[in-house]
Amino acid sequence: MKLNKLLTSAAVAFGLATGAVAADDKTKVGFVYVGPVGDGGWTYEHDQGRKAVVEEFGDKVETVYVENVAEGPDAERVMTQMALEGADLIFTTSFGYMDPTINVAKKFPNVKFEHATGYKRADNVSTYSARFYEGRAVQGHIAGQMTESNIIGYIGSYPIPEVIRGINSAYLHAKEVNPDVQFKIVWAFTWFDPAKEADAAKVLIEQGADVILQHTDSTAPQAAAQAAGNVITFGQASDMAEYGPKPRVSSIIDDWAPYYIARTKAVMDGTWESSDTWDGIGAGMVKIGEISDAVPAEIKASALALKASLADGSYHAFTGPIKKQDGSDWLADGETADDGTLAGMNFYVEGLEGDIPQ
Amino acid sequence: MIRLEKRPQPSRVWSMATPLVAVLATMIAGGLLFAALGKNPVEAIRTIFWDPLFGEFAFYYRPQLLVKGAPLVLIAIGLSLGFRAGIWNIGAEGQYIMGAICGAGAGLAFYPADSALIFPLMVVAGALGGWAWAMIPAVLKTRFGTNEILVSLMLVYVAEQFLASVSLGLLKNPEGFGFPGSRNLQSWDAAHNAELITGTGMHWGVVAALIAVIFAYVLLNRHMLGYHIRLSGEAPRAARFAGVNPTRLVLFCLGTSGALAGLAGLFEVSGPSGQISIDFNVGYGFTAIIVAFLGRLHPVGILLAGGLMALTYIGGDIAQSNMGLPSAAIQVFQGMLLFFLLALDLLTNFRIALSKPEVV
Repeated sequence: MKLNKLLTSAAVAFGLATGAVAADDKTKVGFVYVGPVGDGGWTYEHDQGRKAVVEEFGDKVETVYVENVAEGPDAERVMTQMALEGADLIFTTSFGYMDPTINVAKKFPNVKFEHATGYKRADNVSTYSARFYEGRAVQGHIAGQMTESNIIGYIGSYPIPEVIRGINSAYLHAKEVNPDVQFKIVWAFTWFDPAKEADAAKVLIEQGADVILQHTDSTAPQAAAQAAGNVITFGQASDMAEYGPKPRVSSIIDDWAPYYIARTKAVMDGTWESSDTWDGIGAGMVKIGEISDAVPAEIKASALALKASLADGSYHAFTGPIKKQDGSDWLADGETADDGTLAGMNFYVEGLEGDIPQ
Repeated sequence: MIRLEKRPQPSRVWSMATPLVAVLATMIAGGLLFAALGKNPVEAIRTIFWDPLFGEFAFYYRPQLLVKGAPLVLIAIGLSLGFRAGIWNIGAEGQYIMGAICGAGAGLAFYPADSALIFPLMVVAGALGGWAWAMIPAVLKTRFGTNEILVSLMLVYVAEQFLASVSLGLLKNPEGFGFPGSRNLQSWDAAHNAELITGTGMHWGVVAALIAVIFAYVLLNRHMLGYHIRLSGEAPRAARFAGVNPTRLVLFCLGTSGALAGLAGLFEVSGPSGQISIDFNVGYGFTAIIVAFLGRLHPVGILLAGGLMALTYIGGDIAQSNMGLPSAAIQVFQGMLLFFLLALDLLTNFRIALSKPEVV
């Protein structure tokens, strides 16, 4: 009986193995998502990228994904499972997947990994990220001129460099057009929690904010702003156009599709190499969503001009003179920030109030 | 007319059978759900329950079952002691977090020393951290008569704030480029809760869970304290006459469950997870409540229930990846398990009788 069972399972295993070989001419691409694909923000855009890969390569590619994967051992298991099931390329799309990605990549040297927003690389692990702060500059430029209360509310997710960079960039460009502007920042300590995000938005609105910026992934703050009336917002990571023309007056969109297509192609062609990609508006990884009619024409025009200068590289979002919050000098007149400092940014610029949570 | 008739005594048969029937009912209802989503229900159920155990890659998933199940069992065993005595610790998630913070903190204080004493020290600190966190609701209950359900639950959110705080401050990796999260303990041998035998998934947390099962079994069946625990839950008045000291019992039950949850957190942070980070906790403390009830508050039952729960998690991920099932469907499926269990529990205390309604 036992032997019988053993033989059967061996036969099944053999069958599966040959099946796997037969299907191997397809490139299998896995995606690990931190939120649900329907979050309307961060994960949604990654899934749009996945769909673009399917559309581009059709039958030559097979994609799989797992959503709502907790950062830590669960992520490690999901990645291992994808690798075991024959994935050739795996995109891990949250900062907290960094160590799990490196761990799994060690065990599967022939599988390529792409980790979003991290800093650890290996021969088979690339990192990629979007220069979201360029979009924040445009956002701050619009927000600073649109606010009447001069109070801009900001929903932070986690106090990591990526988020702090965004706050600094938005603040600098709001301040440039409106010296009286003040930022109120609430830390939600989550990427995706509609209830918490809505609460944060309500608190900020009660404190007088008439512009809400968010670095969290759901559309809940948009809904809260809509309910409050006379508050404007910006789509985060995704266009969130369903909340336009107001409260959502514009948006910053992550467009991962070209990168995902290019990397999948590289695996197909055997030209994939470990790399560190950090693209912004110029390369099309960051897009500014349609600026709605709620924004006066001249503000729209100057915002688009700012966007154009960021895109062609004639202007850097962090151009001196800029001081740190404590009054010490950071960038001299005309000096621009280097990528290393930006990548690890853990300080506010001068004028921002409050402390970064420690 | 169908009526419910109270049984003179709870049915032993149904008490044993309800978990199995609940699992079957979940499979059927879940299958219907998956079919409604346009997926092959038989394949989905097979993927969730069969593939992790006997599928092509079972060699990887079986060890993962231990990794996923161990913290659940360890926490659930502690909780079950209290639940049996009518002492409701709902805050194991917080005790799990505090155990991890204290344990990892105690170890990291000596970084990068290389001493065989570091890991044992971390284990003790982890257990103490969880114990101390559980002592707050315990002392408040015994001294001021507060409700331990509310206090222990609310302390989970306090613990989460502590976790965020130490990830960003006290325990932040100085070589982490400003990113939150501690050093990775997996890359520091003295503190790493590694697999005892490579490829088996067997780490110290699994060993601790098995020991806890045995201890709980002996305690409940062979020891006076265990008798007191059961008596307090089943017949509180009789327990008072028998001289059971309720204060001591509350301190013991909450303290033990807290210490075990703290241990689970320590073994997780030093092993599979590797680092303290803002998102370190993933709900083991809450899921363990389901495991405790699914296992009928019996040590052996909890062991099996922990394994089953781990199976649905791992199988659920496989079903998502291989069949494209949405994660929400998997969560509904897991939720059904507790739902059917609680619904069917009715049959333990009531029997269904067919009769005509009596005309008054």
